[in-house]
Amino acid sequence: MTFFTALLEHHFLQAALLAGLLAAIGCGVIGSYVVVKRIGYLAGGIAHSVLGGMGAALYFGLDPMGGALVAAIISALLIGWVRLRWGGQEDILIGALWAIGMAVGILFIERTPGYTGNLMSYLFGNILLVPERQLWLMGGLDLLLLGTVGLLYRHFLAVAFDEEFARLRGLPVTALYLLLLCLVAVTVVLLIQVVGLILVIALLTLPAAIAGQYVQTLGRMMLVATLLGAVFTSGGLALSYAPDLPPGATIILLAGAAYVLSTLWYHWSLARRRRRSVEAAP
Amino acid sequence: MSDYAVELDHVSFSYLGVPVLEDVSLRVPEGEFLGIVGPNAGGKSTLLKLILGLLEPTAGTVRVHGLPPCKGRADIGYVPQYPSFARDFPVTVEQVVLMGRLGKGRWFGGYSRADHQVAQRVMAETEVGDLADKRIHTLSGGQLQRVLVARALAAEPRILLLDEPTANIDQRVETDIFDLLKRLNARMTILLVSHDVTFISKYVQRVACLNRTLLCHTTEAVDADVLRALYGEDVRLVAHHH
Repeated sequence: MTFFTALLEHHFLQAALLAGLLAAIGCGVIGSYVVVKRIGYLAGGIAHSVLGGMGAALYFGLDPMGGALVAAIISALLIGWVRLRWGGQEDILIGALWAIGMAVGILFIERTPGYTGNLMSYLFGNILLVPERQLWLMGGLDLLLLGTVGLLYRHFLAVAFDEEFARLRGLPVTALYLLLLCLVAVTVVLLIQVVGLILVIALLTLPAAIAGQYVQTLGRMMLVATLLGAVFTSGGLALSYAPDLPPGATIILLAGAAYVLSTLWYHWSLARRRRRSVEAAP
Repeated sequence: MSDYAVELDHVSFSYLGVPVLEDVSLRVPEGEFLGIVGPNAGGKSTLLKLILGLLEPTAGTVRVHGLPPCKGRADIGYVPQYPSFARDFPVTVEQVVLMGRLGKGRWFGGYSRADHQVAQRVMAETEVGDLADKRIHTLSGGQLQRVLVARALAAEPRILLLDEPTANIDQRVETDIFDLLKRLNARMTILLVSHDVTFISKYVQRVACLNRTLLCHTTEAVDADVLRALYGEDVRLVAHHH
């Protein structure tokens, strides 16, 4: 139980645990939209373009998180606009933003005077080094996400489910879709703190994908995915502590293992149910 | 206010330079049950999308109750041929039907009590009331079709547009759905696209045959043999072109 005794003693571990829990809210709520709308690749593009924003912010002596947020929102709007305007042709653009964002970030970080901080902490995150100010920012972003989704739940559901029908019912589908992508961007920035931009996609999609196998509605999917996210971030942190493993990667492997097991179980029980109903039929 | 539910006046539409519809003029009086038939790729679905304002005509005008489609479509309930959603989406039948209530009433928060009442009523009418809490991936093709009709009806439309509503379901369920449409026709105009001429001729009042342009629209009583002849001629016409 070294982790739990350490948790009581060390402030940085408490902060890490809190950061994980705050990230779980974002990954549960927004991750559910990412999964049902099948925009994991799009979220990946947003995540990787973020490095460009962080690099530029560092170079000009600004807060890297602010740079990350601006870059994420800009790429979300760009990708969303291209998708809506030229329906379904956004994948090349996503690939381009993905690579260009990273290249810009690496150049800026390389050229930042006196900056020797390591690139790895942005790529893989460092939940153990989250400053208190960052926790407040994460909490604020969570409130923003929950507030927006709470107010517009019906409309986001309609746009995620069937854009054409939503448009016919007079909803401003373009604005709602772009707003949803902006929320994805905000969540990506939230999660980068915890697992880094390379691993963001896993934390954004895996808890929600597992939840989707067991629930009836999007609302419950969000709730279950948030709880799973909390289990994965806390569990990964605890598992990584004693052997001194990188916590971000441990969190992801825990989530990945749970996803594989859950998917196997889901398909096995589905097949069994089908067999039973065939046997019961005659 | 126009007496016609839907009016198309010399409407043409081309997609990437290829003409899909040419010079289509059609007036659908209030309360009519119109069948639109024709070969595949004859422009039937395009015609519906023009009426819904999802596409803009390259020439000519479309009016819905005398209004441009983007305004008039608030009065249209639409049942698409291929649902444009994922079947495994985590959403219940009732939630889908309630989406028909969007665009009415308040913007923020949940649905009103009145919205729920309308949803209950149309689910009873389409006989999907006992499926209300089921997730949509558990439904059969016929059940899903009824749910889509219920979603369209939840908007309390004055016009119902259906695109091949019985394409993926068996004959018995097909008859049920047409009987339902016949009842609904008492209170709303219905435009129905189908490739199955002989079957719909028992239900519709008038048939429009569409193959890039409107080849006929009979106003006299629909006779299955006449239709077959007309439809056969369409097919031969296509053969001439190629």
